[in-house]
Amino acid sequence: MSGVTTEGDGPTHSPVAAFDDPHLRPYAQHPGRAEAAIGACLFAGVLGFVAYGITYWVGGQTQVEGITLGVGLFGFGFGMAAWGKYLMPKGPFVEERHSIEGTDAEVETLSNAVAERGKAVFHRRGVLGGLLGLGGAAMGVVLAFPVLRSLGPQPKKTLFVTDWKRGAHLVDLNGRRITVNDLEVGGALTVWPQGFVGTSQDQTMLVRASFDDVVTRPGRESWGPQGYLAYSKLCTHAGCPVGLYMEQTQQLLCPCHQSLFDVLGGGTQVFGPAPRPLPQLPLYIDSLGYLRAQAPYDQPVGPGFWERS
Amino acid sequence: MSSTTPTTGIPIGKPSGDGKRRRIDPVDAGVRWLDVRLGIAKNGRVFLDKIFPDHWSFLLGEIALYSFVILVLTGIFLSLFYNPSTAEVIYHGAYAPLRGLKVSAAYASSVDISFGVRSGLVIRQMHHWAADVFVGSIAVHMCRIFFTGAFRKPRELNWIVGVTLLMMAIINGFIGYSLPDDLVSGTGIRLAFSFLLSMPLVGSYLAFFIFGGNWPGDGSIIPRFFILHVLVLPLVIIGLIGAHLYLLVRQKHTQFPGKGRTEHNVVGTPFYPGFLAKTTGFLFMIGGVLWALGGLAQINPIWQFGPYQPYQISYAVQPDWYMGWLDGALRIFPSWEFVGFGHTIPFEVFLPTIIFPGITFTIFWLWPFIEAWLTGDRAEHQLLDRPRDRPLRTALGAGALAFYFTLFSASSTDVLANFFQISLNSVLWFFRFAVLVVPIITFFVAWRLCLDIAGTQGAGRRKRANVVVRSAEGEYEAEKSADRPGDGYHELEPTPVPAFIEVSGRPEPVGVGDASGIRRIPRRV
Repeated sequence: MSGVTTEGDGPTHSPVAAFDDPHLRPYAQHPGRAEAAIGACLFAGVLGFVAYGITYWVGGQTQVEGITLGVGLFGFGFGMAAWGKYLMPKGPFVEERHSIEGTDAEVETLSNAVAERGKAVFHRRGVLGGLLGLGGAAMGVVLAFPVLRSLGPQPKKTLFVTDWKRGAHLVDLNGRRITVNDLEVGGALTVWPQGFVGTSQDQTMLVRASFDDVVTRPGRESWGPQGYLAYSKLCTHAGCPVGLYMEQTQQLLCPCHQSLFDVLGGGTQVFGPAPRPLPQLPLYIDSLGYLRAQAPYDQPVGPGFWERS
Repeated sequence: MSSTTPTTGIPIGKPSGDGKRRRIDPVDAGVRWLDVRLGIAKNGRVFLDKIFPDHWSFLLGEIALYSFVILVLTGIFLSLFYNPSTAEVIYHGAYAPLRGLKVSAAYASSVDISFGVRSGLVIRQMHHWAADVFVGSIAVHMCRIFFTGAFRKPRELNWIVGVTLLMMAIINGFIGYSLPDDLVSGTGIRLAFSFLLSMPLVGSYLAFFIFGGNWPGDGSIIPRFFILHVLVLPLVIIGLIGAHLYLLVRQKHTQFPGKGRTEHNVVGTPFYPGFLAKTTGFLFMIGGVLWALGGLAQINPIWQFGPYQPYQISYAVQPDWYMGWLDGALRIFPSWEFVGFGHTIPFEVFLPTIIFPGITFTIFWLWPFIEAWLTGDRAEHQLLDRPRDRPLRTALGAGALAFYFTLFSASSTDVLANFFQISLNSVLWFFRFAVLVVPIITFFVAWRLCLDIAGTQGAGRRKRANVVVRSAEGEYEAEKSADRPGDGYHELEPTPVPAFIEVSGRPEPVGVGDASGIRRIPRRV
């Protein structure tokens, strides 16, 4: 804590008054100790950097990299921040807050200028003003065409249909046709119409609930031959795959928002936020023992949308 | 230390009359060079003297700013390796369990960053952690602004900018989270598709345009998200941050009431060197913490989730934390689909995912005006409120926080049901009631607490012990204890930033904007 040293032929001063100002004392009560601690932090930072460099150089290891450079950066930063807090003048310092507002006269001058010049521009130019507005609006509308419309196709009937056709074979992920012997009771499988494996819209959950024909609802007498039931795998809530088949309760659960559907009851929702039953795909077993669709789904699959009636 | 006496006004570095060159002071020369070109000298000193209040809660915004800096830096690194394409490739990388699997190029390159690039996993995880911290610190910073009334006139615009920043941070977080094209994030964008689809009239068109067709689209969503994530939204965020900081400097900081602090000044640490050292150090500290998290705390292990397939799903699907409130709302909202007049409005999706966040952000944006309208307070405020002094606002804020936190918790109904071995049904109904009840209880508790704290004598002041002394006569007397370390700091009257070292020998501190030309050399004293 020496005074100011001056060189050359300037006047020599004793320690100036500013030094006696308590605002300029460091925040730390023992600056020497603080300096040592800060030095230790900065040095830890340097060590961390070096250790990271070595770790990297010898091949890297995620956790060691994390510790070394983490300690390096933190120590380095902590030293710097502590230096700022403990060894620099503690203050508190003040600055005036000048109003950024103008005077009333200045405000009026500005608002008058805006209003008058605006008036001058549009005075008796109503038609031009109207055209300007019209042009702006038209520009806005037509620019939405490339910005939005060009991005993708119109929905048309896409949301209403799937690739399930009358007579379509049920195939698994490998494209193998499903036969009546493929599932045990309590078994479940994701199937698609042949030729459309892996699609989102067509994915269907095939479960075998029994060895006997299952009627889930009046009017669906022939839909579940030999206990095979097929439901759209797209949740009617928000479209996640209804991927969990719970054999004991004969329910399908959507893991996203926990909608629960009754397998034996025609896919009706038991619980959760789904608004509609899962659409059921009517099945039949052909003469060779292959499982096939009797007909397409009788309603759009997946979550609701405006055009759906 | 220099030998020149700068008060002479002779430009330093110019040859003097006798042809001898004066010693050039490099700092002075640099400042002069810049001043001629940028005119920095006129207000430069004011800038160096700019005061930053010393309260800890002012760090929260800095955390947000610096995690954004780290997001940009780590993001640039990641973009050098990431391939935004849904083209199918066979994975041949370092992670054995995935080898031979058909995955998208986006997924393969994300896994390669994790296992094939040295330090890549740390930086990828650091980026993810930084995003979570970014949104989190914005939210907490916003709470600070709200509960202390810092949004009031004249800072309404900056509040609006800040709320918009929160929204952009959430959106860009979600989009970035989707880029690896793993099973969990893919399910997330599948849901986003359904949210768009749920909008009346325009929903299906909007969803089809943005995704390039019915889900999962024609493969364009990943490259589109990529350019939004690395170019468009970062530019928007940088612009908003610029506006945020510009307004901050223009209007100066708010401050808590205290000794020497008025509506017409700011008390704290000057920008240079004190604040600069502290804040730069803080940047590195945040970097260190995030880097350590990136190395030690696993986040988003996409190689375990596997690539996205539209027919696959995993159990316990939770989004990143800042989407939890929306996911929770979606889970507990009743299935109120409207069907009629040949149309369907899936309110069970449309209300919680489109209308609800819309209302939320509209209220956030308008809050300064709503409060001014409710209280009739149209005055300018530079001094902050203590939350306890505004019981109603504090209670409202606490209630709102409880509301969003309950929704956030509702995002884990399945995990909770599984953990406590209770039925999902009970958990769901619990949350349906809790989301209405918990905020109301919280409101009243917070309100009561505020009144009680405000009624306590000496609340919020630093406690000093009373020392009871017994005199020789047996008389007891209580007196205040001596100052504790740090007490004195608060008791000093604030002073304008003086010259740290006076080389001219003028003893009195030189005030702000002093144009005497006296050089001040910052120096540790």
